[in-house]
Amino acid sequence: MTLLSVENLFVSTSSGLPLVQDVTFDIARGDRVGLIGESGSGKTLIALSIMGLLADGLSTSGRIVLDGEDLCGKSDRALTVHRGNSMSMIFQEPMTAMNAVMRVGRQVAEPLRIHRDLSAQEADLKATELLAAVGIDEPESRARAYPHELSGGQRQRAMIAMALACGPSLVIADEPTTALDVTVQAQVLKVLRSRLLASDAALLLITHDLPVVAGITEELLVIDRGRIVDRGPTRGVFDEPHHPYTKRLVDAVPPMSRSGVVPRKQAVAGSEDVIITARDVSRTYSLRRRRFRQPTPTIRAVDGVDLDIRRGETFGIVGESGSGKTTLARLLIGLNRPDSGSIEVDGIDLVATRDLRPLRHLAQMVFQDPMGSLDPRLRVGEIIAEPLRSLKIGGDHRARVRELVDAVSLPSDSVDRYPHEFSGGQRQRIAIARALAPEPRILVADEPVSALDMSVQTVTLDLLARLKDEFDLTMIFISHDLSVVHRICDRVIVMESGRVVERGVADEVFRSPTQSYTRQLVSSIPRLDGTFPD
Amino acid sequence: MRWRRLNLAIGTGIVMVVIVTALVSYAWTPFDPQRISAGERLLGVGVNGHVLGTDQFGRDVLSQIMVGSQTALFVGLLAVGIAVVIGIPIGGIAAARRGWTEDIVMRISDVVYAFPPVLLAILLVAAVSPGVGPAMVAIGIAYVPIVARVTRAAALSVFELDYVAAARTYGRGRTYIFVRHVLPNIASVLIVQITVLFALAILAEAALSFLGIGAQPPRPSWGRSLRDAQTFIQLSPRLAVWPGLAIAFTVLGFNLLGDGLRDALDPRLEVRRT
Repeated sequence: MTLLSVENLFVSTSSGLPLVQDVTFDIARGDRVGLIGESGSGKTLIALSIMGLLADGLSTSGRIVLDGEDLCGKSDRALTVHRGNSMSMIFQEPMTAMNAVMRVGRQVAEPLRIHRDLSAQEADLKATELLAAVGIDEPESRARAYPHELSGGQRQRAMIAMALACGPSLVIADEPTTALDVTVQAQVLKVLRSRLLASDAALLLITHDLPVVAGITEELLVIDRGRIVDRGPTRGVFDEPHHPYTKRLVDAVPPMSRSGVVPRKQAVAGSEDVIITARDVSRTYSLRRRRFRQPTPTIRAVDGVDLDIRRGETFGIVGESGSGKTTLARLLIGLNRPDSGSIEVDGIDLVATRDLRPLRHLAQMVFQDPMGSLDPRLRVGEIIAEPLRSLKIGGDHRARVRELVDAVSLPSDSVDRYPHEFSGGQRQRIAIARALAPEPRILVADEPVSALDMSVQTVTLDLLARLKDEFDLTMIFISHDLSVVHRICDRVIVMESGRVVERGVADEVFRSPTQSYTRQLVSSIPRLDGTFPD
Repeated sequence: MRWRRLNLAIGTGIVMVVIVTALVSYAWTPFDPQRISAGERLLGVGVNGHVLGTDQFGRDVLSQIMVGSQTALFVGLLAVGIAVVIGIPIGGIAAARRGWTEDIVMRISDVVYAFPPVLLAILLVAAVSPGVGPAMVAIGIAYVPIVARVTRAAALSVFELDYVAAARTYGRGRTYIFVRHVLPNIASVLIVQITVLFALAILAEAALSFLGIGAQPPRPSWGRSLRDAQTFIQLSPRLAVWPGLAIAFTVLGFNLLGDGLRDALDPRLEVRRT
């Protein structure tokens, strides 16, 4: 029986730009449907249209029928009867989707108090049950905590508990695990699936991450530039994609996320010549004191790390958020200095040397956030020329900038435009061009593709690999995403809480991890074949 | 959205009127604002060609108000200029260096901030001499902590961004990064703050002149006109109305301009437009 039926849905801006075009689909009671597409394809707009949460200035037409009732054109007030009650939503970023000054239990129980007329005590009791049901330990104490006192995974579980509080018939989850580490993602997906199976709620799961939908949905909708271009049973679509767009999305999934079987890679690049040596490097940060006259608490972000990086190799640093991999990278490139230990980069002692100018010529960095790493007030040409001017590199800067723009395959008129006119992938290319400007020998790439769509990730990784050969670079590649690291790196270290827990040739480390932490990381990767991680 | 544009339009309009009035008054006023005419004392609106009437000495009120706008703009420029020239580098240094430099700079600025601006002005005037100059230097100094705080707060978040880290990897120093990368990106916040301070400075000058320690004769000032009018408030209340309106109108103009600019320069709206 049909629960939700979306017919000829159009969404457009006030200036008439179409964002969602002629979208039609049905969700039956208890069905789990995935909606996949790249960023900007309009998938979130569809979710918001169903919930009636579209921003002002966007106009919709078509029919959205939930349980026999047409929601399209209903007043906001009329829709409040449904929101959080018969339909609910799980958002991507659990920190901003929760009220920071409201206790978690109260928030989880809020839909119940609004729709079920429960007393405060009854609601609190129910909230504890709900938190326990999504696998949160010590639910009584966690219910009394504030959102910032919970981990990212706990917050997202609490969001699931809140979404399911009133026993909705439809749950919409918009990128529910994209902000989470891989091991946490696996746990949250498991909780989401088991809670859905325990209730009879239907699910619309929106994501750009194909393996995430593989393990949880039965039906699949593929959306490209506001139109549904492909649909069918999840297994069928992934096993034999027919539509060229779907095929492109599926092809972009790294081998490791396909079947989990780690294929053997070609010989490891890099000579025996060591370019970066780090010995017993530590870096401690002090946190804010909780109480006056207590010792300042500290956190060892990097704790006694040794490493040798060989000239010409791609060296991977893997770990979850907070493992210290970015701090380590910033130490290696001289942005911060270690508290103890020694670092030597191509003969430059980073601890003893005061003037790090020679290092600036030698080593450059590409950052994670393609939005934040480019000054929005400068033109692309100026951005790329900045290192040349700063490091007083002679020659024709304009010509050099053109060369670099060419090398990263950007259109040549890019130099006169501003960063906001480019997509995330293109912005990352600009950042790469800037990093390559002073002809560095070492390129540190800190999560360079994590903010990008999977298909764009593939292209960007290929570009990096090509440039590494072309510019004869040693690359340090930092990522939480094992499948990406596996694809591009020769040797890796795995970090946990500031320490190196495992190291070796990438292929061997991932194929037969010796440490339980690494095993857990490898087994947590969601797979396209739908085998659900344990 | 339309309302926000209206703010900007009206604010810009009023500020332009004030600026044009001040410029025109250098070259032309209906009457010599200082001309005393015993026979034309306390004339009503429109009598003998005096559009807004005359005061107790028979001086033309409209001419005085026109010339008064010169003082209003001068004090705004002087006070805000001092606040900006000192405040922005201080805030920038605090944000760029962090640590004990930041602590010392910001605590000193807290101490200055604790002084009421008008009190500071009275102190300085008592120490130097009455007049718009010293009074506005004091007001400017009193506003330094405001500008410094806003600069520091806005700059701190920009200093955390990756393009600043990138600039460091290719060898840029903190000063260059602040001027080239941070300042342009916090300019919108500062411009809004500056327009509001401009309005506050005009109010402060009016208050000080009302107290008799601001503009000294023969320099025309709306605040002093109010003070003079006070004596005759029973006889001729409109004498207090015109300079009062001029002050309110100008301050409203700068505040609307500030509000309008805040919305127009809001980067979030900028993103939505593109």
